[in-house]
Amino acid sequence: MIRKNARIISEVKDDTLLAAIVGEIDHHGAFALRDELDDAMISARPKLVELDLSNVDFMDSSGLGVIMGRKSTADRIGAAFKLINPTTRVARIIELAGLGKVVTIEYRTTRKGTEDEK
Amino acid sequence: MKSNCINKMSLTLPALSVNEGVGRAMVSAFCAQLNPTIEEIADIKCAVSEAITNCIVHAYREKQGEIYITVKIFDCRTVKIEIKDKGCGIEDTELVKTPLYTTDSSGERSGMGFSVMESFMDKLTLKSVPGKYTKVTLAKKLSPLEL
Repeated sequence: MIRKNARIISEVKDDTLLAAIVGEIDHHGAFALRDELDDAMISARPKLVELDLSNVDFMDSSGLGVIMGRKSTADRIGAAFKLINPTTRVARIIELAGLGKVVTIEYRTTRKGTEDEK
Repeated sequence: MKSNCINKMSLTLPALSVNEGVGRAMVSAFCAQLNPTIEEIADIKCAVSEAITNCIVHAYREKQGEIYITVKIFDCRTVKIEIKDKGCGIEDTELVKTPLYTTDSSGERSGMGFSVMESFMDKLTLKSVPGKYTKVTLAKKLSPLEL
């Protein structure tokens, strides 16, 4: 069994789907991420999808495809879409592709709804 | 001043997507002997990952084949990486380097692979003969060692 190089931790709260990608995003893992994220979005039908990239150790341009594709899924189900806390490396690739012009990127010091923020 | 190759690694990997991670990890581990910065090693890993992915997705079109990787390091702190496949080849080597250009219609490929390679490395050379091979050569000069 070949290991997966990324996993998703997701939760739905107040019409928001928060999905955090943990690990590496490349072409090898992109299909599994796409399917898992789309399934989560379609079953939860949220009003807002937040894709947390703070725990992405590596991302190449395959990750851009994953992000653009999930933005399209969010558009299809009528949900708003945000990227949360991309790492410096990930932000550099997003910037290079000009993705920041079409996707909202939000930097937070605490996770929404945690004790720290209250 | 002429630079000398001080070490060399050759690696052949089957064109399997799992080898994207294997290939970039092995190349970056080999380059680590020059004490690159974290940023430099991350640049190399990303560029190598792009080139290997192109071999798997475009050259061999997810079918069997082999990827030939050679890494040379020079005493002037330059890293030179060749990534070659014997896949379908590229008709127009300038067109494929255009940002956002992709032959993929699924919407899941960004067409940014060559832009990432060009942006993260100092030099990129692309040679291809349709039906024969494609070879990407990436070079990066590492920053001077801080003593």
